[in-house]
Amino acid sequence: MKDFWTKYSRNIGGVAGIVILAIVLVVAIGAPLLFPDSPWKMVQRPFLPPMAVDGMLLGTDTLGRNVAAGVAHGARVSLLIGLISTVVALAIGIPIGATAGYFGGIVDDALMRFTEFFQTVPNFALAIVLVAIFQPSIYSIVGAISIVSWPPVARLVRGEVLSLRKREYVEAAILAGQSNSKIILTQILPNAMSPIIVLGSLMVATAILLESSLSFLGLGDPNVISWGYMIGAGRTVIRQAWWISFFPGIAILLTVLALNLIGEGLNDALNPRLARKS
Amino acid sequence: MSMIQFIAARLTKAVFVLIAILILNFCLIHAAPGDPAAVMAGEAGATDELFLQQLREQFGLDQPFHVQLWIYLSDVIQLDLGYSYRQQMPVADLILERLPATLLLTGAAFVISLLFGITAGVLSAANVGRWKDTLISILALIFYATPLFWVAIMAVLLFSVTLGWLPGFGYETVGSTYTGLRRALDIGAHLILPAVTLGLFFTAVYARMTRASMLEVSEMDFVKTARAKGLPRRTIQRRHILRNALLPIVTLAGLQAGQLVGGAVLTETVFAWPGIGRLMFEALAQRDYNLLLGIFFVSASMVILFNLVTDILYRVIDPRIAS
Repeated sequence: MKDFWTKYSRNIGGVAGIVILAIVLVVAIGAPLLFPDSPWKMVQRPFLPPMAVDGMLLGTDTLGRNVAAGVAHGARVSLLIGLISTVVALAIGIPIGATAGYFGGIVDDALMRFTEFFQTVPNFALAIVLVAIFQPSIYSIVGAISIVSWPPVARLVRGEVLSLRKREYVEAAILAGQSNSKIILTQILPNAMSPIIVLGSLMVATAILLESSLSFLGLGDPNVISWGYMIGAGRTVIRQAWWISFFPGIAILLTVLALNLIGEGLNDALNPRLARKS
Repeated sequence: MSMIQFIAARLTKAVFVLIAILILNFCLIHAAPGDPAAVMAGEAGATDELFLQQLREQFGLDQPFHVQLWIYLSDVIQLDLGYSYRQQMPVADLILERLPATLLLTGAAFVISLLFGITAGVLSAANVGRWKDTLISILALIFYATPLFWVAIMAVLLFSVTLGWLPGFGYETVGSTYTGLRRALDIGAHLILPAVTLGLFFTAVYARMTRASMLEVSEMDFVKTARAKGLPRRTIQRRHILRNALLPIVTLAGLQAGQLVGGAVLTETVFAWPGIGRLMFEALAQRDYNLLLGIFFVSASMVILFNLVTDILYRVIDPRIAS
């Protein structure tokens, strides 16, 4: 563990990513304390520029709601949806990839055709259609994001399993009569974890971008405030009030940037072989 | 495998994928909450009973599932994507009318991202470790993380509202009577902001990829030989390294098609660009599911076609793959 941190801290970008993400996390967790009022509540005159009035650091929106409160509460939604969708996508992709790679043959062919299909279909368009048809809610959004983002996981895991399957300790486990599921779960997958972790951190970033794009189009959960929704709501009044759309966008940019930096840092620390290549 | 065999195999595969997408579409209509006829007509309650009855008969909604699927598939094969009750027009006509604008926008974004991305990547790799490389790498990192729709809005704010350099709205000047070259220039000016913002993400991707790929190739033996022969640095960069470094970019370009189509929804919405992305946004707002699924099918077909072209191109560029 200590060894890992020494390696990770050599990557300045990775450390910067952790610092930025820590700040976002603090804001997200502290949102109910910093802004106890609901972010939907009208608290001031509409269209107040940033810092024009005490307590309205980032100004107010078209209905007099506090933009800063929206950004803080939106952080909770974005991080949560990003994280849960990634976990669900991993839960779909890992079993499919592991099964395909371990059993090979017809099973592999069929599962990979299935995966390829989902990779060919335009991601964002499919997500839009899914959320629209099943009505916007946290569940449909998480579902749609996971459905469009699992294929890379399946392909990665399949590749890892294919190469690990030939190792001697796996052959030993087969000879010892361990069941297939036990071999996959206890022998193979633990050794394939590091690339999965790296991919996972990058997927959280993509999921946050996807969620914000969906809610920008009006496909967000109507009960929770989110960064994409705020940008979409401020879009039509951009000439009069740039700040309504500007700050939530910066929040998305910083969060996604931090996650990408962390992903790269993890990659350098966990896969030294790959790091040297790039 | 000969080229013709290869193309035939890929075409067959493309047809199967298209049929799978149609089946997915069909299932989605039936998975939507409520009466499928109402789903196809638009929001439930917004349509009259007579029309719904007509839809039920047309799609055989009172018949078994597989018969319905068959009716749906044979309709689509005859290019009948159904009728948009909201827009009072056949879906296929609506899409066809808007398709050229989207092809223009995505095509321009594609070319721009390749051009800028590869140039930036080459520049970065040639100056590795120096300030130019650092600057390009940081910019690429930032654009890679920027939400497309936000950067589009900010571009309108900066270049259109504040500076007044470029139009930030629409396809051409409203009410203009320009013709010929004057009109083309007008459309071109309207195209710049949407195309650059749509291509920005992939510009960053190509820049990073070209840089990594160039650095990797420059370590290979044939490059060392070229250096030992005393060839000029620029010649080695261009003729030995870049040519070989471009291969992974072609693979990636195939992937970009799907992203461009999705991104077009966001860009066209912000810039009021009259393409199928904007049409998709309108369909969303009006809950016109039939139109929505029609656009989804057409955009998926575009992506499949594009992937087919890149696959063939890849074999032309690198004949080693054939063996």
